[in-house]
Amino acid sequence: MSRNRFLFIMGTVIALILLTVVLGRNSDSPQIVAASMLATTLRFATPITLGALAGLFCERSGVVNIAIEGMMLAAAMGAFVGAAVTQSLGVGILAGILTGMIMGLLHAWLSITFKVDQIVSGTVINILAAGLTGFIDTQVLSKAGLRSAGLLPQIPIPILSDLPVVGPIFRQQPIAWTAIILVVVVHYVMFHTRWGLRTRAVGENPRAADTVGIRVKYMRYMNVLIGAGIAGLGGAYFTLEGVPSFETQITNGRGFIALAALIFGGWTSFGSWAAALLFGAANALQINAQQFGIPIPSQFVGMFPYLLTIVVLAGVIGRAYPPAAVGTPYETE
Amino acid sequence: MNAQTVRKLGRAALLPLLSIFTALLVGGVIIWLSGPKFNGDWFGIKFVLDGYGGLFLGAFGTQKAIIGTLVRATPYIFAGLAVALAFRCGLFNIGAEGQLTMGALLAAGVGFGVKGMPLIIHLPLTLLAGMLGGFVWGMIPGFLKARTGAHEVITTIMLNYIAAQISGYLLNGPWKDPTNVTAQTPKIAESARLPALLPGLHWGVVLAFLAAIAVWYFLWKTTWGFEIRTVGANSSAAKYAGINVSRNIVLAMGLSGLLAGLAGAVQVAGVNYRSTLGFNVGYGFDSIAIALLGRNTALGVVLSSLLFGGLRNGATIMQFRTQISSDIISVIQALILIFVAAEQIIRWIYRVPATPDDAGQATLSKGWGKS
Amino acid sequence: MDREVVLEARNVTKTFPGVVANKDVNLKLHRGEVLALLGENGAGKTTLMNILYGLYHQDSGEMLVRGEAVRISSPSESIRRGIGMVHQHFMLVPVFTVAENIMLGAETVKGLSLDSATVRKRITELSEEYNLNVDPDAYVKDLSVGQQQRVEIIKALYRKADILILDEPTAVLTPQEADQLFAVIRTLKAQGTSVIFISHKLKEVLAISDRIMVLRRGQVVGETSPEGATERSLAEMMVGRSVLLEVDKAPAQPGAVVLNIHDICVNDDRGQQVVNNVSLEVRAGEIVGIAGVQGNGQTELIEAITGLRPTKSGKVVIGGQDLTNAVPRKITEAGTAHVPEDRQEDGLVLSYSIADNMVLNTYYLAPFAHGVVLDEAKIRENADELVKKFDVRTPSAVVPVGNLSGGNKQKVIIARELSRPVKLVIASQPTRGVDVGSIEFIHKTIVAERDRGAAVLVISAELDEIMSLADRIAVMYHGEVVAIVPGDQATREDLGLLMAGAKLEGVGT
Repeated sequence: MSRNRFLFIMGTVIALILLTVVLGRNSDSPQIVAASMLATTLRFATPITLGALAGLFCERSGVVNIAIEGMMLAAAMGAFVGAAVTQSLGVGILAGILTGMIMGLLHAWLSITFKVDQIVSGTVINILAAGLTGFIDTQVLSKAGLRSAGLLPQIPIPILSDLPVVGPIFRQQPIAWTAIILVVVVHYVMFHTRWGLRTRAVGENPRAADTVGIRVKYMRYMNVLIGAGIAGLGGAYFTLEGVPSFETQITNGRGFIALAALIFGGWTSFGSWAAALLFGAANALQINAQQFGIPIPSQFVGMFPYLLTIVVLAGVIGRAYPPAAVGTPYETE
Repeated sequence: MNAQTVRKLGRAALLPLLSIFTALLVGGVIIWLSGPKFNGDWFGIKFVLDGYGGLFLGAFGTQKAIIGTLVRATPYIFAGLAVALAFRCGLFNIGAEGQLTMGALLAAGVGFGVKGMPLIIHLPLTLLAGMLGGFVWGMIPGFLKARTGAHEVITTIMLNYIAAQISGYLLNGPWKDPTNVTAQTPKIAESARLPALLPGLHWGVVLAFLAAIAVWYFLWKTTWGFEIRTVGANSSAAKYAGINVSRNIVLAMGLSGLLAGLAGAVQVAGVNYRSTLGFNVGYGFDSIAIALLGRNTALGVVLSSLLFGGLRNGATIMQFRTQISSDIISVIQALILIFVAAEQIIRWIYRVPATPDDAGQATLSKGWGKS
Repeated sequence: MDREVVLEARNVTKTFPGVVANKDVNLKLHRGEVLALLGENGAGKTTLMNILYGLYHQDSGEMLVRGEAVRISSPSESIRRGIGMVHQHFMLVPVFTVAENIMLGAETVKGLSLDSATVRKRITELSEEYNLNVDPDAYVKDLSVGQQQRVEIIKALYRKADILILDEPTAVLTPQEADQLFAVIRTLKAQGTSVIFISHKLKEVLAISDRIMVLRRGQVVGETSPEGATERSLAEMMVGRSVLLEVDKAPAQPGAVVLNIHDICVNDDRGQQVVNNVSLEVRAGEIVGIAGVQGNGQTELIEAITGLRPTKSGKVVIGGQDLTNAVPRKITEAGTAHVPEDRQEDGLVLSYSIADNMVLNTYYLAPFAHGVVLDEAKIRENADELVKKFDVRTPSAVVPVGNLSGGNKQKVIIARELSRPVKLVIASQPTRGVDVGSIEFIHKTIVAERDRGAAVLVISAELDEIMSLADRIAVMYHGEVVAIVPGDQATREDLGLLMAGAKLEGVGT
């Protein structure tokens, strides 16, 4: 089931890129179109992949996460400030992860300890992150005159990265590489380790987990924190690999697209990654449509991922099943 | 109003007021941290007080300030009512932003597309178009929920983006103002504009208050409202009592969208006179905060909207006088929301005991889809 | 018996707000013994077991495992002490495989990876040893109920449990599956495992147990061996000889048929047919009681009659009108009053005032509404009147219903349902959890409805209630009406036997 979903989405990604190459007839050479599409797709997919993996940990353990956006936004700033103050990109990455985890701690505290509606709690974090980053940006950063520590360098894989067309795939920055590695790692952790088994049990039937001695709230807290850390890494992408500065609302809704990718990917690691690539390809097509002379208004291409997510959620094709206990606080008797 | 009602209102307002107070206190600490701290006058506290002073003055200090606050509060009232109405049916409408977009688009379309009509027909038509846009955009997730169980939070978020894309398409394409490079529609006809009540204040604010009364009346005085509230309070008991749960979910989401659409339409007909790309951003989350702070009551929504409108409006003066960034308002909003949502924190700080009749909020549906 | 005592409860008492669930319960379980715990619903069996398993803690009394006094504060503690429990509602994760469910919380790992090979091997060993046939790689959601139960038993054995608590294990099983379960229990016993078998089914208890303890109203009322007991004697012990609640009523004057259920079949939520070709008539001016142990299809039958659950086949006719699969509102409007089984969940909106709850299904009708506008004065007036008439104890009618006691909540529902001119009254568990004073009042009201000419259908797990109210008693067992007995001829023992699935000579249709 999840393998079929992965293959289906990947097929759509390839089809979309091929479509662009075929339709983009009155522009540059097909090679250039394809290479540009691939590069844009991957660039767009990295934070979405990380955001979706962040949501995966949260939701698999039974905590809804609509706060990926806020976590990434706060982390984008945290990473920038960390890197700029110490002039170390490595510290920047750590600062991003830590900032994400602080937001995650707030989410866990509100929704697990206080049993605040998890969607309300997510909303709180989104508003708080937008406000705080905006405030710090204009109030503190603009006055402090921080100097950016620059961007993380690309790590090319020898030979492969020199290939025509597919070259860009093998020429990426560290966070982008990490995202791809994490896809595999998260899959392994979630489906092949004790931690993953317990996490999924807590998200599916917390009472059953409780009766075999698993501490439900502890598992949820830890998973929210792990997820938030990954979201933090996703946030760091924006200011350490995307552009060497922090701008207000720099994440620009990518956290919500990550949530869509998570759902579209059926709450699986590879599925989410494929969905992130699909959204990336749709975005690449949207950006390049005009340049390539594609006769569809770019906005209709841009709508496509969201429409697909609704369709999947409504069960019209390939219904995605959420963890059964997601959204419900656990009460011990 | 008798003494008992006053006491009841006082009890209902106590926790929100304490939440606001606490949020301002924490916000003050953040401002203090961003200021001269111990090097400033009165150990930096003057900096905070100056900021809040400017904020208050800018929000409610002068007639101009009050008018500005009212104008800012107008779309908040509509959108806050939208979220509150859906909440009453147990639904989380996170899509006010998209519904507002669709409302603004259709209103603008009718506003600039139709010509040569008297105001008495054209203006209502414009507002109706906005309501229709929002209604449809709200009904879709309602229908999906009732029919397939798809959770409205996700579908409304997705519909927000789809609305943004539609807006991007229309404002860059067929509905683009040919005289300008910006992505926006042409100005709407004079006959589609809300006339001024006072200089700087359009009639939309009156419509907003009327809408609040209408929503209150609808929810609490009509059989339709009774049904929606019953579904929200206990859908199982509603079903046993012969109430059509699915129909009410679709209706509540549709009406919620209608109100959000009206927020967009009034903004077009009263303030911007056109639909521009991205003017709607932020209304979705703000309206949730307003509904929660207002405890999903019409009066509460109006008061919260005035507060949030005032904060937003006053922030300009504050920023001008003290150079404190107006973004602090979003921080304060988020803090208010934290304290309102996790009211145990406030109860604990101020030792407010729980009262039995504090119960009675609608329970929200859980999970992302049909399980 | 001088075998080792593996588990002992001494004077265990547990109270919940308003209810004494267990009172001074003493229990001894020996090695390799099957102890049956027999009692009606609500007799306190499950509470006792939850104490043993660490889900609740007793208010007073002592618990000893293998002679050692222990305080079991969590399930993991009881697992460690070798106690395994198979809950009535299985504690399984449907989307996990059998192996994953069994290893959960007691995983073996190789490096970081789950070591499923070892788990699978162990499962296969256990299945062979105890004759518990399951496929370790099957998903639990694809298994039958019987198979799921086997998974639960293996789960306990996998954790090396040698004390196994089975809570109503046959309630969800087909007779064939139950036979298989008994075979498993015998194997377990032969291997030295001690089993506590909770049930309210007499035949099973006699068939499987070495010793039988009977619980009634939270107290142990008797202990016997299967050799020294008969179904009849056990039924007597179980239902007791408590004083009948006297209900003053004249003989029934049955009139025309009001409710005609013809040959209906109904599925439960899982899609299993739990009402099998039931036919029943209720006439104006009579009370028909449905007796039966819970879970024998009564709930689904009522839901089908009231339009809340689709019927698979058959017909429901109310007052001459075919209302099979009609929407609830239409059935209400045809003159049906329904007092639902679960009042908190289905009968009331707890956050609403008494007044609003009193019009929960009539709010749209005159005089409570004019068009779509509610008439609050009339709604309030109605409530004040009904509060007085039905003796609801409350300071005022604007109080949220959630603040009322159980009995008063039930009176609000009954007031609402019976304040309309109804032809048919359906009352499920009308006095469950209600104080004695309210019980009397509710019973009187139901009889008054009958005398007024309404047809009344009462469903109750309380045999006393059925016997004192009903003019005719239909007994349901396994989704079928197995007998219809005139109320004045029914004896407690006969009914108990019928409810427990025994066939009686000379009684029945």
